[in-house]
Amino acid sequence: MNNRQSLVDYNLVTAHFIAALTFLVVALTAGFLYSLQFLGHYPLSGIEFFSPGRVRMVHTNAIAYGWLLNGLIAGMYWVIPRMSGYTVLSKTLSWLIFWVLQILVLATAVGILGGYAQGIEWGETPIFVDPFIVLGLALLAINLIPPILKASKDAPLYVSLWYFTGASIWVILVYIMGNYLPQFFVPGAAGAAIAGNFIHDLVALLVTPVGWGLMYFFVPTIIKKPIWSHSLSLIGFWGLAFFYPMQGMHHFMWSPVPMHVQYSAVVATVAIEVVVTSVLANFIMTLRGSGNYLINNYPIRWMYTGMIFYWVTCFQCAIQVTLTVQKLIHFTDWVVGHAHLVMFGVFSFWLIGIITELWPRLTGKEWYSQSLHGWAYWLVTLGLTIMFIDLAIAGVMQGFTWWGLNPFIDSIRFSVPFWFVRTLSGLMIIAGILCLVYNLYMTVRAENAYEARPVIA
Amino acid sequence: MKSAMKERFIFVFLVAGIGFFITGFIFQMLGPLFFLRNIPMKSVEELVQEDVDAEFYQLAEDYPDEFQKAFGEPTAAAYAAALRLGRDIYIKEACWHCHSQYVRPIANEPVRYGAVSVASEYQNELEMPVLFGTRRVGPDLIRESMVHSNDWHVAHFYDPPSVQPGSVMPSYKWFYDENGRPNKKGLAITAYVQWLGSWHRR
Ligand code: HEC
Repeated sequence: MNNRQSLVDYNLVTAHFIAALTFLVVALTAGFLYSLQFLGHYPLSGIEFFSPGRVRMVHTNAIAYGWLLNGLIAGMYWVIPRMSGYTVLSKTLSWLIFWVLQILVLATAVGILGGYAQGIEWGETPIFVDPFIVLGLALLAINLIPPILKASKDAPLYVSLWYFTGASIWVILVYIMGNYLPQFFVPGAAGAAIAGNFIHDLVALLVTPVGWGLMYFFVPTIIKKPIWSHSLSLIGFWGLAFFYPMQGMHHFMWSPVPMHVQYSAVVATVAIEVVVTSVLANFIMTLRGSGNYLINNYPIRWMYTGMIFYWVTCFQCAIQVTLTVQKLIHFTDWVVGHAHLVMFGVFSFWLIGIITELWPRLTGKEWYSQSLHGWAYWLVTLGLTIMFIDLAIAGVMQGFTWWGLNPFIDSIRFSVPFWFVRTLSGLMIIAGILCLVYNLYMTVRAENAYEARPVIA
Repeated sequence: MKSAMKERFIFVFLVAGIGFFITGFIFQMLGPLFFLRNIPMKSVEELVQEDVDAEFYQLAEDYPDEFQKAFGEPTAAAYAAALRLGRDIYIKEACWHCHSQYVRPIANEPVRYGAVSVASEYQNELEMPVLFGTRRVGPDLIRESMVHSNDWHVAHFYDPPSVQPGSVMPSYKWFYDENGRPNKKGLAITAYVQWLGSWHRR
């Protein structure tokens, strides 16, 4: 235990989690504000700095770079030294990266509100912030790779480390590609092919692989059983690595981008569903015989709920990517619901699970309240499920009103009740997250020392 | 140990990390670039040389003082400047998160909006980065030119619901001066939306 303790910088992990949760609250607030615009009650109307469109971009960027990136990095700082048996390159560098990241996320938010957004979806980070992000990501890779490299000399790497290895280089390539090529070099339809791939790859080659890498560590360690099948782990990793970088064009179907490029993206997207199902099967089989963890152990419950959402998302991908379904649901709220299911339902759930698992160990304190765990879980899960279903229905209906050549305003009048439900479900999510944050905070303040026991419902 | 090669750092890093990414990059991104290589790239100056939009002269007549202050005479150079500024506003206000800029050949879109979009329309400076968009809270705008008058837009940006009851488009009061007349931003964004698709009317 002592040995492990010195491998991992506990304060660093805690700091990343706190930063992550702070930006999560910012992102949720921004999302809530923006949703009010759709009800005609935007409270900050007329203030240039809080123009709704800008607030929307803060919402998504705070989720991607503030919440998810911070949280995933924290997870890797916890897992990599434990899996490899070596510390990351440098403690000083780790803290440098920590502060650089927070400053960059803040600069991004202020930059976007100040009117310096870049016109690339998920890449709205102002142009002057981009080089520093690339630098930060490179430093991160330099910091995280050495222990993996050393471990690889000792023995074959465990699954998690394959994912982290891939992600550490992918994210740099993806970021440079998405933020620079369409902005400075490639215009028009060819630029759209790159921008579409950037939208996709940010999720597929950063968030997804790191997320899965963390799952491959946390699930077996919590339920104290190895992953069911090594072959399926291999298929999952190599399938993801091969097919994910080929799908991004599906964000611009039926666009002026050459059709055969679009077809190939459809094929790759349907193929990934097979891979995803194999990964899911692997995890479900791992849990076989340990189902009581879903009831008794909140981290596992968050993680597996996220996995179910992951399967739903990817199943949805395989259907909505077809050229037929695209006719109806593209450009509608269906896609918005899909995005929430991915970024929140899957990866945020995993992160919350990980935070719930690690918090007592990081702080050395016993949980303040068990019932708040239940509140957080159910509020967030129900809120998200309602939001997803609500937006999916709204999307289909919007598609039909457009197709039916109704006056455009019909699709808006008609959507307002759905947007109202969306705002309410968002409030449920916010309430759930506040329960979680309050619980974390009170736990730190409380006196009871932590004895290694699982979180019991 | 050979069988475990694929579980070593260097293999994962080179094959999955770099190799597969580059494969995807070639097929999905350099591919389109190659297929579209024969379409010439146009700067804004080249675009406006073809024709200064009638709506732009109209703008200069409708708001003479404001226009004079912002752009001077309604020349091609002024038009280029207005389009650039309008495009920048379109990006920073995230209009592109609520409006798309391409007409698909399906779902009655050619009936609702007009001609189906083709790649050559986008091979220019103003579509770098491309503004296709992925969401239509409001209608597609690539055929917006002359759908409404300048005055309509000027009123609409100030307070959309008063022009189109039930609209959820935000109001952009900072596109106007103290007297409620459009300032440089207001003129530029109006010129920009009136330009979108103007090449199809000629
Ligand atoms: C919150 C989403 C949203 C944002 C952001 C937004 N719009 Fe809109 N826009 C709409 C909606 C909804 C309509 C349809 C109702 C109406 O006409 O007001 C619309 C209509 C329009 C129309 C009229 C289209 C037509 O053919 O009738 C134009 C032009 C327009 N918007 C331009 C812009 C510009 C330029 C911006 C950025 C400065 C912008 N919009 C930002 C939602 C939005």
